[in-house]
Amino acid sequence: MLRIGVAYDILRWEERAIADALRRNGAEPQLIHLRNTFIELGRGEWPELVLQRSISHSVASESASALESAGVTVVNGSLPILLSNDKLLTASILSRAGVPTPRTVAAFTPEDTLKAADTIGYPVVLKPVNGSWGRMVAKARDEEELRALLDHRLYVPGINSQVFLIQEYIEKPGRDIRVFVIGEDVPAAIYRVSDHWITNTARGGRAEAAEVDEELRELAIRVAEAMGADILGIDVFEDPRRGYVVNEVNAVPEFKNTVRATGHPIHERIAEYAVELARR
Amino acid sequence: MQVTCPVCGLPVDVPDDALSGEVIEHDCGTVLEVVRDEEGVRLRPLDDIKEDWGE
Ligand SMILES: Nc1ncnc2c1ncn2[C@@H]1O[C@H](COP(=O)(O)OP(=O)(O)O)[C@@H](O)[C@H]1O
Ligand SMILES: [Mg+2]
Ligand SMILES: [Zn+2]
Repeated sequence: MLRIGVAYDILRWEERAIADALRRNGAEPQLIHLRNTFIELGRGEWPELVLQRSISHSVASESASALESAGVTVVNGSLPILLSNDKLLTASILSRAGVPTPRTVAAFTPEDTLKAADTIGYPVVLKPVNGSWGRMVAKARDEEELRALLDHRLYVPGINSQVFLIQEYIEKPGRDIRVFVIGEDVPAAIYRVSDHWITNTARGGRAEAAEVDEELRELAIRVAEAMGADILGIDVFEDPRRGYVVNEVNAVPEFKNTVRATGHPIHERIAEYAVELARR
Repeated sequence: MQVTCPVCGLPVDVPDDALSGEVIEHDCGTVLEVVRDEEGVRLRPLDDIKEDWGE
């Protein structure tokens, strides 16, 4: 029987749903609890294909790479995971591929960040290159606010204090879009609706079904190609002037809220895609 | 099955089919992680998993 691995650190609803869907699609899921195993480089008995579901960014990329050394195909691969872990790397890949993104600047000292903000124009958004759930993402309306944010950041442990990412603030319409790509398929999207400009569902944003129009579908496919990824949750803003702009990319996307809001079984699509890849 | 909570020492009800990596919140307020290996089932306090891919 076809064995497909599911690698994870914490077993959530998503991972169970994927495992059940694999069984329905004629595969035997092999659960790989990454906090209860070790991987010797270049060796070991692993399934030929492993779905990467680790919540921890570093565990996700490192374990994917270790499994890859043993000949395993990991979805997503370690490189797209590494790229998507870092908002600057992601923005730079997308920018190179001609995908519209918010205007973004990299700076390496607080002084240069202040200068960059003058160039972009206030308000600006300051964010850690490697955060999620909206943490430490902050908006500055003027230089004084940006100075205060930059000062504060020096005292926050775990934030890279040598790399600064600022962006133009996009006046989005009280929501942003999370769209899913699975292989060549763009099965579902949600709006994350919020009164606050930070719309993460972990921060109180509400998930509502969104339509995937042709433009969004094509954009999502282009992003996945540029990132070299198979499965992505892509965060998109609706810029009143420019239309869709891509904010960030999640290589191990959560999808519980998407399934609930759209009725679309993302886990089935993931399982079907994994079985198809493994049989190829 | 009952497994001792590593924090408060009281017994915790763990379903027999619990899988490694499942998370259980104990009455004492500790969030516990199920670890299943050759020796059986253990519980350990769930460290803060700092990075994530939230919706
Ligand atoms: N440049 C921006 N303009 C407007 N809103 C933004 C901008 N950057 C981030 N946001 C809001 O903040 C949220 C969190 O920022 P994001 O870059 O996605 O970080 P995280 O990885 O923590 O989700 C986004 O979902 C969006 O709602
Ligand atoms: Mg985000
Ligand atoms: Zn306890």
